[in-house]
Amino acid sequence: MEMNPVLPLAGLAVALALASSAVSLLASREPRVLRWFAMPLIGLAGLAALAAGLWALLAGGSANATLPLGLPWQPWRVRADALSGLFLMIIGLVTVAVGIYGRSYVRGYERGRDSLTALGGFTGLFLTGMLLVTLADDAFLFMVAWEVMSLSSYFLVAFQHEYAANRRAAFLYLLMAHVGGLAILLGFGVLAAFGHGFEFAAMREAVLSPGWASVAFGLVFVGFGMKAGLMPLHAWLPEAHPVAPSYISALMSGVMLKMAVYGFVRVVFDLIGQVQWQWGVIALAVGCVSALMGVLFALMQTDLKRLLAYSSVENLGIVFIALGLSLVFLGTGHLLLGSLALVAALYHAINHALFKGLLFLGAGAILHGTHERDLEQMGGLLRRMPWTGAFFLIGCLSISALPPFNGFVSEWLIFQSALQAWQLESGVLRSIIPIASAVLALTGALVAATFVKVYGIAFLGQARSRHVRHARQGAVGMRVGMGLLAGLCVLFGVLPTQVIALIEPVSVQLLGGGLPESGAQGWLWLTPISSDTASYSAPLTILLLALIAGVAFWWFLRGVPRRIRRSDPWDCGFAPPSPRMQYTAASFAQPIRRVFGLLFAIDESRPAFDDPAPRYRLKLTDRAWALFYLPVARAVEAASRRVVRLQSGNVRVYLGWTLGTLLVLLWVIS
Amino acid sequence: MPDGLVLAAWLIAFAQALLYVALAPLLVGWVRKVKARLQNRRGASLFQPYADLRKLLIKETRVPHTASPLFRMAPYIVFVATWLAAATVPLVALDLPVARIADIIVLVGLLALARFFLALAGMDVGTAFGGMGASREMLISSLAEPAMLMAVFTLAMTAHSTSLESVMSHHLADGFVLRPSYLFALGALLLVALAECGRIPVDNPATHLELTMIHEAMLLEYSGRHLALMEWAAQVKLLLYGVLIANVFFPWGVGREFTPLALGLGLLAVLAKLALLGAALATAEHVMAKMRLFRAPAFLNLALLLALLGLLSHVILEIGA
Amino acid sequence: MTLALLPLLQQFVLLLAALVMFLSFVLLAQARLISAIHSFAWQGALVAAVTLTVAVAGETHHLYFSAILTLALKALLIPWMLHRLTRRLGLERHTEDLHWPTLAIMAAVVLVIFSYWLVTPMVAQGLAFTRNIIAVSLAVVLIGLLMMVVRQQAVAQVLGFMSMENGLFLAAVSATAGMPLVVELGVAFDVLVAMVLFGVFFFQIRESIDSLDVDRLNRLTETADPVGANPFATTDEVSQ
Repeated sequence: MEMNPVLPLAGLAVALALASSAVSLLASREPRVLRWFAMPLIGLAGLAALAAGLWALLAGGSANATLPLGLPWQPWRVRADALSGLFLMIIGLVTVAVGIYGRSYVRGYERGRDSLTALGGFTGLFLTGMLLVTLADDAFLFMVAWEVMSLSSYFLVAFQHEYAANRRAAFLYLLMAHVGGLAILLGFGVLAAFGHGFEFAAMREAVLSPGWASVAFGLVFVGFGMKAGLMPLHAWLPEAHPVAPSYISALMSGVMLKMAVYGFVRVVFDLIGQVQWQWGVIALAVGCVSALMGVLFALMQTDLKRLLAYSSVENLGIVFIALGLSLVFLGTGHLLLGSLALVAALYHAINHALFKGLLFLGAGAILHGTHERDLEQMGGLLRRMPWTGAFFLIGCLSISALPPFNGFVSEWLIFQSALQAWQLESGVLRSIIPIASAVLALTGALVAATFVKVYGIAFLGQARSRHVRHARQGAVGMRVGMGLLAGLCVLFGVLPTQVIALIEPVSVQLLGGGLPESGAQGWLWLTPISSDTASYSAPLTILLLALIAGVAFWWFLRGVPRRIRRSDPWDCGFAPPSPRMQYTAASFAQPIRRVFGLLFAIDESRPAFDDPAPRYRLKLTDRAWALFYLPVARAVEAASRRVVRLQSGNVRVYLGWTLGTLLVLLWVIS
Repeated sequence: MPDGLVLAAWLIAFAQALLYVALAPLLVGWVRKVKARLQNRRGASLFQPYADLRKLLIKETRVPHTASPLFRMAPYIVFVATWLAAATVPLVALDLPVARIADIIVLVGLLALARFFLALAGMDVGTAFGGMGASREMLISSLAEPAMLMAVFTLAMTAHSTSLESVMSHHLADGFVLRPSYLFALGALLLVALAECGRIPVDNPATHLELTMIHEAMLLEYSGRHLALMEWAAQVKLLLYGVLIANVFFPWGVGREFTPLALGLGLLAVLAKLALLGAALATAEHVMAKMRLFRAPAFLNLALLLALLGLLSHVILEIGA
Repeated sequence: MTLALLPLLQQFVLLLAALVMFLSFVLLAQARLISAIHSFAWQGALVAAVTLTVAVAGETHHLYFSAILTLALKALLIPWMLHRLTRRLGLERHTEDLHWPTLAIMAAVVLVIFSYWLVTPMVAQGLAFTRNIIAVSLAVVLIGLLMMVVRQQAVAQVLGFMSMENGLFLAAVSATAGMPLVVELGVAFDVLVAMVLFGVFFFQIRESIDSLDVDRLNRLTETADPVGANPFATTDEVSQ
């Protein structure tokens, strides 16, 4: 039998990531180690992961191995199949770009006070954890890898720990990651109890009663949902993602959140197997709330990275809408539609990795060039940083789901699968699903508003502060990293049939069926169900767009006077506009804030008419804090106040408790 | 399809696309004319919009100092995206190959692409009015777009297809059927069209009154051929919505084969329908007052509600089983 | 069942029923009292049109009579009385902003889906037309009740009550080709009497608490609360 190179390649990726981590230990003595060795190793690890993922997807089948590590009776097992291949590919794509970008980015830290050893070391470990999550074939290794991923990213979030806000964000992240981890562990516990083993193979064979299957689903949904930042379990995400270094934010938002999607798909579609449509409705509802609230909060933010973090909540919500649709269709026995929705979900997961990675890298480039994260201080950056501006524009267009970019294709697929709801027997489902797609449509329109705001405020107009006016163009490496992701955004948007052919093995592996019709009309035409139902030709769209634009341009250049005169802006004849007269980020969002006002807790103070130094103050908080988190925190506090009574300080009382516990234990085990 | 027919189909599609840009100013001229007559004015000639465009095209183009390259690219992108969106809507004939390139969702996406760049262009110069227009446009569109998609979904769920051609063929094949869902979808689409094309209760195309502008505020800094392209794109958009409403809800008369007679009849039918719609639009603008901005969400919520009821009444009243 | 296979008159009934449901939504969200009364009148007219269509389709003669009765009572007389009432109460320009309008609409949408779910198992395949109409009628009834819950204004509450009655009537007419004439007359009379009584009550309520906001009625409890203890002494305090 021919040797399947997937596992060796994946192993190489892990080894390179660990090597990068190890090399970074020298960084305290020689800071340039990070730039010359650690980051290139990360990039190479990404390349190896990409190769492994592509091989697993294209060659099909699966490869198994048992590692000489782990517990004596529970050695670690690894397996690479189409599903893990897809997510290895996602890790690989973003990591390669991050490796190239990070080389230039870490230069900025070389003269700083922050520990480069920690930065490089935990980056490598973080990558290792994510790679192992996709490879694990038993619950034990999965949980170990999961915790490595969570813990190392905790240290990366706490990287600049001299700021109190960062420490607070990191603590919140750690706390919630562990609550989530606990829920996942319990979910695996349920499956292991019925499957008599911690290997995934045993769990697959387990026969669960519908009730226990639902319990397992609920637990892993909470666990992975917390990692994915679904509402209302999202609170850590907008705190933690912005404070990490930007390329780490790109990895966290672009890749780590996808690990939650991976885990959910692995456990629900693969391990539990017998899907119930009620789960789909739950996932659909949670996805809708996350998508809508996520984008509304994103629109209200003025901190660029925080805005992007909220937008991740929204995008993961969209992924879970598609997964919910898939569960509904599978639970009611519509295999083809189920696989369509699953493919759409995975497509969106890839797309989100690409454009969110790109946008975070872009935010990093702005931060690097201006030391500014606040949109209210930006403006006119397109002229100072044309390359970053161009790539960021592609990211904005992609995330706003505009044709012919990649975000549009996945949303189009989700709409297509939602529109097949007429095939369902249940009238209630038939009416719920179109409403969900309406929420998706509203979300899409609001995303466009959000990114018009981001791009318009940051890159267009005039600079609103001095250091932004003198912004520096980033280094070549940063531009190449962003350019790579921007190119992929375009590519994945223009060639949807190929991408779907790439994803299809996952659906075949998990559900036993793919989308036989999707490329039946040739690679030009994307026809997910049949050519009568819907078709979209991204290559022709872009071709025609370019063609007509070219003709129009040519016509104008030769037919009419081409002179263009530069002049002052007219602006209805008012005084020459100063940067302070521009619309700000907050004022751009004001109409929508007012329309959706009841969803936010708004604290606004307007200056009086005759105030000599007028100041406008706006503070907008998440209602989830008051509704959800503070009660939990209060309950925990109240409970601990009860428990604290046990702690009297008297040694003999403690010994008494020990004696009592001992007696009870002996009685139980006798 | 034999090769000759395919070629003919592409040619007709191309001619139809040209017809969109050629007819768009005429529709605007017609609406203005009817409106003028309703106000007891004689009004300008039907062909005045053509003359305006021509004038703008030969005038010198000015670009503010503060503008970025995006400012000069935007008119082309806006115009082209709008045009491509329009080209996929069957105007005189069915079974054209362009309709396969883009279904209704892509059409909405292309319009969104145009709007994205329009709003960015508004913000580019860095004046207060540009930002104001962009912000308001995004408010209106973020409520109008879901209403439009839902109305379109209602049609798509009836025809089991998101392709405009299939929707129209399905409708033609069924003959005359009273569908409550179509009625609601029509209502929703009419409201959306008013909002998206910047017509009266939401925006006023005939004014530069500073605090009420939406669409005009974004174009304030444009001049010469850039302005011509932007204006033309807006006219094509109005025609697109008109044809969408006229041909999808009342598809009778559209050509189903590529003979000169069928195509000619199709053109006559669509012109008649558009003349009626244009007169209706002018009358509506004549009797309604412009709303203040924060009433517009209520107006669009009505569109959303109509679209939602369209979906529900489709599910509840029209499927059964 | 596909709609295209139904006779045109039945399609027309479905169309009218859908419009009745739409007007229920309009009633629910309409801020202006006068406009709400107009919507209610239109709803009554639509119900009358449904009755007329069913009469034409089934050639049931007594339904012609009830169509005329419905039109006279629900589309003309009661709206006119309400109109006069609001004028005399000085409420022509009254608007009442719902606290969470979108939430109320969404709740109404949920009610529609719920009523559809409720009637789904009710009838067999062949009677899908009847079942769907009943789903809509039930939705109209429930939305009427919802309107009475979310509206604070007493006149709006009466509108909700009356539109509930419209829903019941719609179900009766379209599902069973109408009730016996005696019952119908009785119901019509009841509604009329209720309307008159409401009118009287409004004046009484306003006399005592100087407002038609029903939320204030809960202050009229007979507890030891010093405000509620003596209604005659407190009108000034409460109205502030």
